Amino acid sequence: MSERVGPPEGGPYVDGGPYVIETDGLHKMFGRTLAVEDLSLSVGRGEIFGFLGPNGAGKTTSIKMLLALVTPTGGRGLVLGKPLGDRATRARIGFLPEHFRFHDSLTGRELLRFHGRLHRLAGLPLEARIDTLLARVDLIEAADRRLRGYSKGMLQRIGLAQALINDPELVFLDEPTSGLDPLGRLLVRDMIAELRDRGTTVFLNSHLLGEVEATCDRVAFVKQGRVVHAMALREESQCVDVELRVAPLDAATLTGLAQFGTDVTQVSADVVRLRAASEDAVPAIARWLVARHLNVYALHGRRRTLEEWFLDIMGDDQRPG
Amino acid sequence: MMAIFTFARLTLFEARRKRILFAAILCGVAFLVVFATGVFLAWRELLRRQISFVERQGLLVMFTLAGLYAANFLSVLFAVLLPVDAVSGEIDSGVMQTLASKPVRRADVVLGKWLGHWIVVAMYLMTLSGGVLLVSRSITGFVPPSVVGAISLMLLEVTLLMTVSIAGGTRFSTVTNGIASLGFYGIAFVGGWVEQIGALGGIQSARTLGVVVSLISPADSLWRLASYNLQPAFVRDLGAVVFTSASVPTPLMVWWAGGFTLVMLVVAVRSFEKRQL
Repeated sequence: MSERVGPPEGGPYVDGGPYVIETDGLHKMFGRTLAVEDLSLSVGRGEIFGFLGPNGAGKTTSIKMLLALVTPTGGRGLVLGKPLGDRATRARIGFLPEHFRFHDSLTGRELLRFHGRLHRLAGLPLEARIDTLLARVDLIEAADRRLRGYSKGMLQRIGLAQALINDPELVFLDEPTSGLDPLGRLLVRDMIAELRDRGTTVFLNSHLLGEVEATCDRVAFVKQGRVVHAMALREESQCVDVELRVAPLDAATLTGLAQFGTDVTQVSADVVRLRAASEDAVPAIARWLVARHLNVYALHGRRRTLEEWFLDIMGDDQRPG
Repeated sequence: MMAIFTFARLTLFEARRKRILFAAILCGVAFLVVFATGVFLAWRELLRRQISFVERQGLLVMFTLAGLYAANFLSVLFAVLLPVDAVSGEIDSGVMQTLASKPVRRADVVLGKWLGHWIVVAMYLMTLSGGVLLVSRSITGFVPPSVVGAISLMLLEVTLLMTVSIAGGTRFSTVTNGIASLGFYGIAFVGGWVEQIGALGGIQSARTLGVVVSLISPADSLWRLASYNLQPAFVRDLGAVVFTSASVPTPLMVWWAGGFTLVMLVVAVRSFEKRQL
C-alpha cells in the first residue's frame, strides 16, 4: 500500500474537520481488470485539488467510488466525514461528469429545475438560484432552448450549473473544460476561483495541465491505479531548474554548487544542471562563481511547469506510443 | 417519496415532449377508425341477413374480442418497448451518473421511472380498449360482461411486461433487453397456444407444458382469462368464437402474476442498487 498523500497538516476523520475527503487503500476491480489499485489520499477543506494521470489511470473510477457510483472492492473512505454513499452527504456534493449529457428534450432551465428538485429545492429560492447560475454560466439567452440545440460547450456549462444548483460544499469536476473554447475555459477557471473564495472544495480531474496549474492548490498524480505523488503547487512551483555553463568545471565546483540546490548533474564538459528551491538561488550562484574566479558563459534558471512534473513522475512508460 | 414523483414527472414530461404519447394515441385512433369501419360494415351486413340471435351475439362477441385482442397486443408491445431503454439507455449515455449522485435512493430512480411509464402505458391501454368497447357499443349496442375485471386483467398483463422490461434494463443493454423482454412475452404467447391446442385435442402433455410456461411467463394467461370473462355464458358454452378458451387459467393465476410483477419490481430495484455506474 502506498503512503497516504494528503495536505501537510492532518486532522481527525470528523465532519467539519480539515479533511473533506479521506481514503485509505480504496481498490476497484471490474471482473479481472484492475481499475484502481490503491487510492489513499486526503483532501483538505476549501482546497482546489487536481487529480492527474494518463488515460486509463483510474481517475474517473476513483471519482465514481467517492460518489458511490461504483462500489470499491477494498479499502475505506470518508467524504465530508461520512462513509462513501451516505445519502444525506450527497446533498452537500456537486458533480459534473465527463461529457455531461441529459435528456435533450428539456430546456436548460427545466434541467436545472429538475436537479434542484432532486435536492429538495423548490419555489422562489430554486427559481432565483436557477437564474443566478444561468447568468453565471452565460446561458440566460439559451435558458429556454432545448438541450438538443446546445453546443458541446453549452452542455458543459449547463452541466456545471447543475453541479452547483445545491450550493455544494464539495464539487467533483471531471474534465470540466472538455469541449470548451478559450473563453469557456476562462469562465470555468473564474468559477473555480469563486468557489475557492466561498470555501468550497473542488476535486478537479483534468487533462489540461495548464488549467490545473492555474487553478489548483494541490495536485495528486495517479499512475496505474495508484496515487504516486502529491504536492502543493504554490510551494513546488517555486522550484527552478538552473543550467549553467562554466569553466573549468571540476569536482570542487560541483561539490560547491550542491549548496544551492539538489540533483546537481554534469551534462557535458562545461555544463551542469541543478534544482534550486527558489529563483533567489540564481544570483547567489552567480556571485559564488565569480568569487571563485570561474569563467561563466551562461546561467539561467527556469521554473518547472506542471507538465514537466507530470512527465517526470509518470515516466516514459506512460507516454503514448 | 418526493424523489419518486420527481422521476415519474420527468418520465411523463419526456413522453409528452418527445411526442411519444402523441404518436401512440395517433396510431391508436387510426386503429380505432379501422376497427369502427369494420364493425360498422359487418353490422350493416348482419342486419340484412336472417340469422339467429345466438349466431349474431356470437359474431358480436367475436368482433369485440378481436378488437380487444388487437388493443391488448398493441399495448403489450407498447409496454415492452416504451421503457426498454429507460434505465440502460441512461446508463450508457452517462445521464444516470448525474442522477445517482444526487441525494436520492437508487430505488427512487427505478420506482419513479416505473410509475411514470405505468401511467403512460395504462393510458394507452385504456384509450385503445375503451375505444374498442365504445365503438362496439355505439354501433351494435353490444357491451360484453365483466368489462372492468377484464380490463384490469389486461392492465396487469401490460404492467407485468413493462416491469420485466424495466428490470431487464437495469442489467442488460438496450438491444439485449428488448430482445429478452419480447422473448419473454413470446414464450407466454406460444405457451398459451400450446395449452389451448393441448386442451382442444385432449393432449395432456401439451396442456401441462402450456401451464408450466404460463407459470414462468404468466402474461398471456391474463389475456386468456380476460377474454374468457368478456364472453356471455351462453357463447362460452357454445364455443362459438375463436377466442373461446379451451383451457381457462385459474383465478389463482392472477395472484401469481401479481406476485410475479412485484418480485420483478423488487429485482429491478435490487439489480439497479448493485449496478456499477
